[in-house]
Amino acid sequence: MTSTISFKVNGARARVDVSPVKRLSDVLRDDLGLTGTKVGCNAGDCGACTVLLDGEQVCSCLTAAGQVEGRSVTTVEGLAPTGVLNDLQASFKRHGAAQCGICSPGMLMAASSLLSRCSSPTRTQVEDALGGVLCRCTGYQKIVEAVMDAGGQGEALTCPGAGAAVGAPLAKLDADPKLTGAEKYGADSIPKDALWVRIFRSPHAFAHVRLGDFGDLVAATDGLEDILTHEDIPFNRFGIYPVGKDQPVLTEGLVRYRGDALVAAVGTRQAVQSLQLADLPVTFEAMPPLTGVAEAKASDAFQLHEDKPGNILIEGAVRKGEAKAAFESAAARSEGAFTTHFVEHAYIEPEAGWARPVGDRVEVHVTTQAVHMDRDEIASVLQIPKDRVRVIPTACGGGFGGKLDVSVQPILAVAAMKYGRAVACVYERPDSMASSTKRHPSEITCRFAADEQGLLVSSELIADFNTGAYASWGPTVAGRVPVHGSGPYFVPNVHNIGRGVFTNGPPAGAFRGFGVPQAAIAHECMMDDLAEQLTLDRLEIRLRNALRPGQPTATGQVLTHSAGMAPCLEALKEPWAELNRQADGFNRASSGSLRQGVGIGAMWYGIGNTALSNPSTMEVGIDPGGQIVFFNGAVDIGQGSNTILAQICADAAGLPVEAFTYIMGDSDLTEDAGKTSASRQTFVSGKAAEQAGQDLRLSILRHVNAGEGARITLLPGCLVVEDDSARHEIHLEDLPRQDKGMVFMGRGNFDPPTRPLDENGQGDPYATYGFAAQIALVEVDTDLGTTRVRKIVAAHDVGRAINPQQVEGQIHGGIAQGMGLALMEEYVPGVTENLHDYLIPTFGDMPAMEVIIVEDEEPLGPYGAKGVGEPGLVPTAPAIFGAVRHATGVRVTEAPLLPHKLKAALTNQEARK
Amino acid sequence: MGDYYRPAVLSDLLQRLEAGNAAILAGGTDFYPARVGRHPHENIIDITAVQALKGIRETADGWTIGAATTWADVTAAELPPLFDGLRAAAREVGGRQIQNAGTIGGNVCNASPAADGMPALLSLDAEVEIQVRRGCHRMPVRDFVLGNRKTQLEAGEIVTAFHFPRRDPQRSKGSFLKLGARRYLVISLVMVAGSVEWDSDRIITSCRIAVGACSEVAERLAALENRLIGQKLSGGLEALVGDDCLAGLAPIDDVRATAAYRQEAAGVLLRRLIREWGEMA
Repeated sequence: MTSTISFKVNGARARVDVSPVKRLSDVLRDDLGLTGTKVGCNAGDCGACTVLLDGEQVCSCLTAAGQVEGRSVTTVEGLAPTGVLNDLQASFKRHGAAQCGICSPGMLMAASSLLSRCSSPTRTQVEDALGGVLCRCTGYQKIVEAVMDAGGQGEALTCPGAGAAVGAPLAKLDADPKLTGAEKYGADSIPKDALWVRIFRSPHAFAHVRLGDFGDLVAATDGLEDILTHEDIPFNRFGIYPVGKDQPVLTEGLVRYRGDALVAAVGTRQAVQSLQLADLPVTFEAMPPLTGVAEAKASDAFQLHEDKPGNILIEGAVRKGEAKAAFESAAARSEGAFTTHFVEHAYIEPEAGWARPVGDRVEVHVTTQAVHMDRDEIASVLQIPKDRVRVIPTACGGGFGGKLDVSVQPILAVAAMKYGRAVACVYERPDSMASSTKRHPSEITCRFAADEQGLLVSSELIADFNTGAYASWGPTVAGRVPVHGSGPYFVPNVHNIGRGVFTNGPPAGAFRGFGVPQAAIAHECMMDDLAEQLTLDRLEIRLRNALRPGQPTATGQVLTHSAGMAPCLEALKEPWAELNRQADGFNRASSGSLRQGVGIGAMWYGIGNTALSNPSTMEVGIDPGGQIVFFNGAVDIGQGSNTILAQICADAAGLPVEAFTYIMGDSDLTEDAGKTSASRQTFVSGKAAEQAGQDLRLSILRHVNAGEGARITLLPGCLVVEDDSARHEIHLEDLPRQDKGMVFMGRGNFDPPTRPLDENGQGDPYATYGFAAQIALVEVDTDLGTTRVRKIVAAHDVGRAINPQQVEGQIHGGIAQGMGLALMEEYVPGVTENLHDYLIPTFGDMPAMEVIIVEDEEPLGPYGAKGVGEPGLVPTAPAIFGAVRHATGVRVTEAPLLPHKLKAALTNQEARK
Repeated sequence: MGDYYRPAVLSDLLQRLEAGNAAILAGGTDFYPARVGRHPHENIIDITAVQALKGIRETADGWTIGAATTWADVTAAELPPLFDGLRAAAREVGGRQIQNAGTIGGNVCNASPAADGMPALLSLDAEVEIQVRRGCHRMPVRDFVLGNRKTQLEAGEIVTAFHFPRRDPQRSKGSFLKLGARRYLVISLVMVAGSVEWDSDRIITSCRIAVGACSEVAERLAALENRLIGQKLSGGLEALVGDDCLAGLAPIDDVRATAAYRQEAAGVLLRRLIREWGEMA
């Protein structure tokens, strides 16, 4: 049943013929083409779809089309009708309040409603008004600042001028489309005539599946074209590593986790969405699942993969010196066991994309972190050469590691080829959460020892990671953790082991830090233990042990430069003393249940792949019209590589960054820059971008025989090159076209130098490392066991901050996710598969955050830069746990520290007294 | 899908209801989340255009709140301090978007054990007004909700309003506290609500105290109420909250918290709520 519904949208009359219970969000997006309104959950949990209805903010996903009859709707497209950002949008741009941008429309609409009532709101008013919108990137602080400063007079920095881009807080080059709703994400440009694909998933963690005959169902269901099964998939396996692909696209009869893909329905959107699992002739014979590492390692456990005896995916180890002996004879010794659970990425944009055949090729448009890996995987699934696959990344509404694995890509490619037409797939939130990878749960035991001065003499750490049903990035975690398990310290004797163990949990994969955040909880607790035993200040003991240039790491790698651990700790000395004074004063004055405490976490993080080649190639050209085109194969998932790499390239070329246009990630037009992960794009692709810029500059100078110091000026259709002796004009139209239609082209390639690890894990696994320490001030309500983080001060050695505003944004966002890991996030299959049962921090949970940027330049990096994407998260949970311990005496050994767990620990502690 | 009917007047709504076989849609904040990835196929009666179901009025007997009144309307209404608890609960429902759409009647009829409105309604002695085409009756909120997702509402009936008995606006006060695992958009671990009346000597003459999310339906704590009546509003009043007062609760164990924790936290929140009363100027 459809009705004609008339209402106003952004001041103009609209009439649609739709079902009156259709969600307003779908009407806006599908019927009116207003895709600026985003859908994150369809359940009112994320607020991404917030619009104004007669001036008041509502979730358009909870509003029936019939309810807007005769009323007035304002969407993000209505804020900047002429394309010029309004004051609020301009403030978001100026403050760097949009990262991936998927929540920005919702934030802007919620803020617009507030600002219409109150032109200069307080922080609390902003938080209350925007509290219904979730952001997973920014940590909210810059959003609050942007709303409070919406009436401000400042201007976003957009034109730093030639040679002055690096180090400038340049506004994002893609800020405008993210803030006007023009940006196209995975679900935003699906052709109207596309078929839709819906994947049905196992409700059981472990079961034999029998697929019946789908012919009758297909014949009887209007609009249903087909049910795809594993028989439709040319090569029914995918996985990150070239060897050991173990995950079926569609089941062959054994499902290994709740969420494993069964079959895929293809048809009209209405038809596939009306179908339910219960309608399908699919039967299950459920078996008791292996839920944890201990069960999976038991000698009588079912072996989940034929080639993996004992359910062991992989084991990595680092051995240096004689750790056991050193421990036994040491003055101060500490031991501990630590547990963490599954954590969900909870990017606000669910997986989405579409594909179509083009000639004998397939073209896939998808939200992703890894274009070229996607291309290779699709080619492998289809069993066609790579050059018959084109992957075009859409804007990515958050990734954090979760969009490194393929999701919709294989089934879209298969269906597009089979039906010869466009097909689309958009996950609902429960599909996204049930099927996607998670942070690895960990069981870590460790022991550290120090001499009387607090200098570490040994560290041992054994980490068992629950890698879930399939390998995904499990090997990366098992390889990275042993390298980092001793913390950012010089330790002469080390023995670290990392293991990945298969279970019937969701596949654990890449999540900001690859296991290092879990290990940091353990090693930082060890440092606090030793400080306590030796009555040393907790910052001081870290400073004494900080890894310094000239000292070997656990893998025997001697860092000769850019090892900024000590400078980070030095930078925190003052705030550390200040926060300690504050907490002491608070506790002296407080007679009630509130106790404050201060904690510190330190970390190091290898930038790029572990002891593996991870090259990047970048190109930059000038077209005959005088347009600079940056062929940038790195995907910007919100972290800002579109802007940062352009800043680097521009300065290297001596051209103004504001003249740059770019092509992001298209696998036909850009070279392989590697995946956006491991904090590697600024360092690796940045170096390639620097070289590309220099190469472009050189080819221009060579063209007119100008000297190295010449100045290049860009005019329409013309380059002017001036040095001391001459002025040259290059008329671009007259030049022969080169590759990709350019008249000049520069190219750069960088693969960070590493040395493979030997059988003892000795070698140079990374070319450089990021270092950081954070301190936290918390307030614990000892009656309720609740923890409120009041303040975080973060000192990060980033080598060089190419864009200080974006560096801060990365650290803020990392802190928010680290806080979630520490205090609230735990994914339980079948229980927390939506954003009201799975809790991530909101506006109201965030502490005040202060960032201290330490620049210990890395000579290998572009202009001295390293990466910061993951380091922002790693020290946060250890700092919070240290602060809770300081406040209450409770030594925290499990994340998340839910209120009932802290309360139980406090009660136990009381009982022991 | 089925029919969609959006009447403008109550009589039309009741007539359609009598015909049966339809789901009611108001703010959509429970309706749509229950239908993620599904197309609604049932007949729908959308009640949001019926003005008679909305609004807050003072009457001869007390106050009346229409069932389709939103939480934002409750927050904005000019009501005496007796309603401070209900208003505080309204501000704790979801985020602002949910408060602008979600209705008080929907919250009660959805009958979630963690319904944010229930403890405050119980603490205000609210009565539910239920209409069918041929008549209207009332019953206490505590009788109306039977269990998790279960109410007394029968086919053809709809909740049209909540009625609150009059109290002396100068000498009565309502309060509410919610504990969740985060701020905003959070399902309660525990909620407590209470309302209290006193005489010219600050002696408590009546009070009603309820705990939510610790039993299938939010519970009144009669033993504690009786203990408080006759006491003077003064510091230390919270000492009257003993573990025995909470004996009627039956909280659950789940991923968010253990039963024992919920029980203990309920006691903590109750002491805080009552301490505030004792310290009122």
